[in-house]
Amino acid sequence: MPMAIAPETVKVKEEERVSPVFGSCPLPIFDHKQIVLGHGSGGKLTSELIERIFLPAFSNPILDKLDDQALLSIGGMRLAFTTDSFVVTPIFFPGGDIGRLAVHGTVNDLSMSGARPLYLSAAFILEEGLRVEDLCRVVESMRAAAADSGVHFVTGDTKVVNRGKGDQIFITTTGIGVVEASVNISASRAQPGDCILLSGTIGDHGMAIMSQREGLEFESEISSDCASLHDLVAQMLATPSETTDFLHCLRDPTRGGVATTLNEIAKASHSGMLLQEQAIPVRESVRGACEILGLDPLYVANEGKLLAVVVPEMGEAVLGRMRQHPLGRDAAIIGEVVATHPGMVLMKTGIGGTRVLDVMFGEQLPRIC
Amino acid sequence: MKYLDEYRDSEVAAKILAEMRRIQTRPWVLMEVCGGQTHSIVKHGIDHLLPPGVELVHGPGCPVCVTPLEMIDKAHAIARCQNVIFCSFGDMLRVPGSDGDLFTIKSLGGDVRIVYSPLDCLKIARANPDRQVVFFAIGFETTAPANAMLAWRAREDKVNNLSLLVSHVLVPPALEAILSAPDNRVNGFLGPGHVCAVMGYSEYEPISARFHVPIVITGFEPIDILHGVLMTLQQLEEGRATVENQYSRILDRTGNLPAQNLIGKVFEVGDRKWRGIGSIPRSGYRLRPEFASHDAEKIFDVAEIATLEPAICISGEILRGIKKPHDCPAFGTQCSPQRPLGATMVSAEGACAAYYAYGRHLNPQGMDAPLNQIESAPVPVVLG
Repeated sequence: MPMAIAPETVKVKEEERVSPVFGSCPLPIFDHKQIVLGHGSGGKLTSELIERIFLPAFSNPILDKLDDQALLSIGGMRLAFTTDSFVVTPIFFPGGDIGRLAVHGTVNDLSMSGARPLYLSAAFILEEGLRVEDLCRVVESMRAAAADSGVHFVTGDTKVVNRGKGDQIFITTTGIGVVEASVNISASRAQPGDCILLSGTIGDHGMAIMSQREGLEFESEISSDCASLHDLVAQMLATPSETTDFLHCLRDPTRGGVATTLNEIAKASHSGMLLQEQAIPVRESVRGACEILGLDPLYVANEGKLLAVVVPEMGEAVLGRMRQHPLGRDAAIIGEVVATHPGMVLMKTGIGGTRVLDVMFGEQLPRIC
Repeated sequence: MKYLDEYRDSEVAAKILAEMRRIQTRPWVLMEVCGGQTHSIVKHGIDHLLPPGVELVHGPGCPVCVTPLEMIDKAHAIARCQNVIFCSFGDMLRVPGSDGDLFTIKSLGGDVRIVYSPLDCLKIARANPDRQVVFFAIGFETTAPANAMLAWRAREDKVNNLSLLVSHVLVPPALEAILSAPDNRVNGFLGPGHVCAVMGYSEYEPISARFHVPIVITGFEPIDILHGVLMTLQQLEEGRATVENQYSRILDRTGNLPAQNLIGKVFEVGDRKWRGIGSIPRSGYRLRPEFASHDAEKIFDVAEIATLEPAICISGEILRGIKKPHDCPAFGTQCSPQRPLGATMVSAEGACAAYYAYGRHLNPQGMDAPLNQIESAPVPVVLG
């Protein structure tokens, strides 16, 4: 099995005791005395953590935009820069594994700024006892995903922790890419009248993980949609147009799902969103699993889908372009940006009612009955 | 999706709504009993589609909501014990007790696990013979058969390290309590479909006759609920009051006899406290004496735990249909799913939590109709 990367420095240590980052800070006002799982769900608890603890400590104009990637101007060049950690259990799941996810996740965060992804770093935290065979499988998967995405790993790091102090393998990837001068994509740019496009079926990744993790057996296996979206974005940007500036926002609806991501765009742009429930593509198997467990696919994670906000006159053209791409075959226009209810997402339900889609609070939990 | 899409069809919905408008001559207040129905109503915006004057109030049928704070505190005390694996349905994990929730206990090192079926606890208990596995057996009649099966199997298979913390409640006594209250404003009920799938609906007939109130056993999809509302309106407008079955594709008058038989072998009826409502005689199940060695309340020393509810909360009035979530000054401000003050905010199926989850506290422009406002005299909250 080839080892695809040669990390710059390889340090194998016993468990490192990390000093408390905020040891010198006064204790911020915070509802929880301990971190709970919901703080990592991408919902309201995660926002609370960022706003009350991380932002006050690290605030600067670039970070304060809270985009999925930072846009940096260095020597006249526009760079996109992002980082992401991957802690998924199980590490192998239908449609992917933690390594593939670690490449696609960071490539997608870069792609969502319209950047061409170039270089990645990888940091591994390995638990004592992890099978080398499993590590090789993960690394090979990362190599293949990086090759598909046209990126190279150029630096890395490895740590090993005592058995029981980690969960087999944690991976952090950091990525950098170049943004063309003509591209201006930001969550703050959604304007009333714009169409909202979704690149395909929602909830596949989250339900694949949940059914595997919990040993739930459904008639048809649900596979993760884990994929790099850089090429789909390049195709969308190349849609023939009289104006170059037709693509206002791009986001990949990962943790917290489509509903949470659209809320972020609505808040950042101070505009409202109105969706049509019937236009949102959901795979039958995912819908069935969500119905059984009492979950809402609009809040379930995706790893190979994007949401785009496009000027109205270009909506159909961009949609046509997306549908020609294998990752956009099921793309659909799912709603529009509106001037009413700024900062909020509303949805016309299938039977003609109206529903508010708020940000998820914490983890979605299966219901009793 | 079969059995789903046909119950979410907008054309069928429009026809049912037109028929409601045709027959309705005066205002009516209907209560959907079950939390799953409340969730569906708010999720699909059904209440905004009904003709003006047909008002839905939300009943006591959310099992997580009506589980007393005291029982939550007992559960947490057990979950904090060394050597315990505490198993629960997912939506109990976020319900706060007097000091944090099960997620917090988990973050402090407690072994708290979500199970999808009570019988999963048998596997966990067998795999951990030196530890005590406790299942939090809550719910209405719907979950009683599966919970009863767990106790039955634990005893039959001699899985001696498995016990149940039981807080089971029954629907009919709650309906009688609501109808007996002098300030009751409910004219008709959408009965609980899944409860009746187990129990049948014959036990609702004496209630309907005694209080002269229509009860239409109703399903959970939008068309089910609209159809249930229409059938109730038809009875009210015609001056009839009987039990009817809208959910006939799932259940009949008799219910599931083997399930009822098992419930009878494992549980006995006793008095129960309801969060927000108080104690109702003969309104719940407890384990029969022969299952004492699997009864967590007898194995763990939790009898002393007694907790009072926050006084500000109006959930008692909400659970009885007297008030709605936005009638509460604390709704969406002091009280939210992050910091619930009472019963109806603690679970996704509680009326307050459903209103919150679907953004009703935000009251945006662009919703179809203004939210129904209720004018009602203040009534004292009955506390257990």
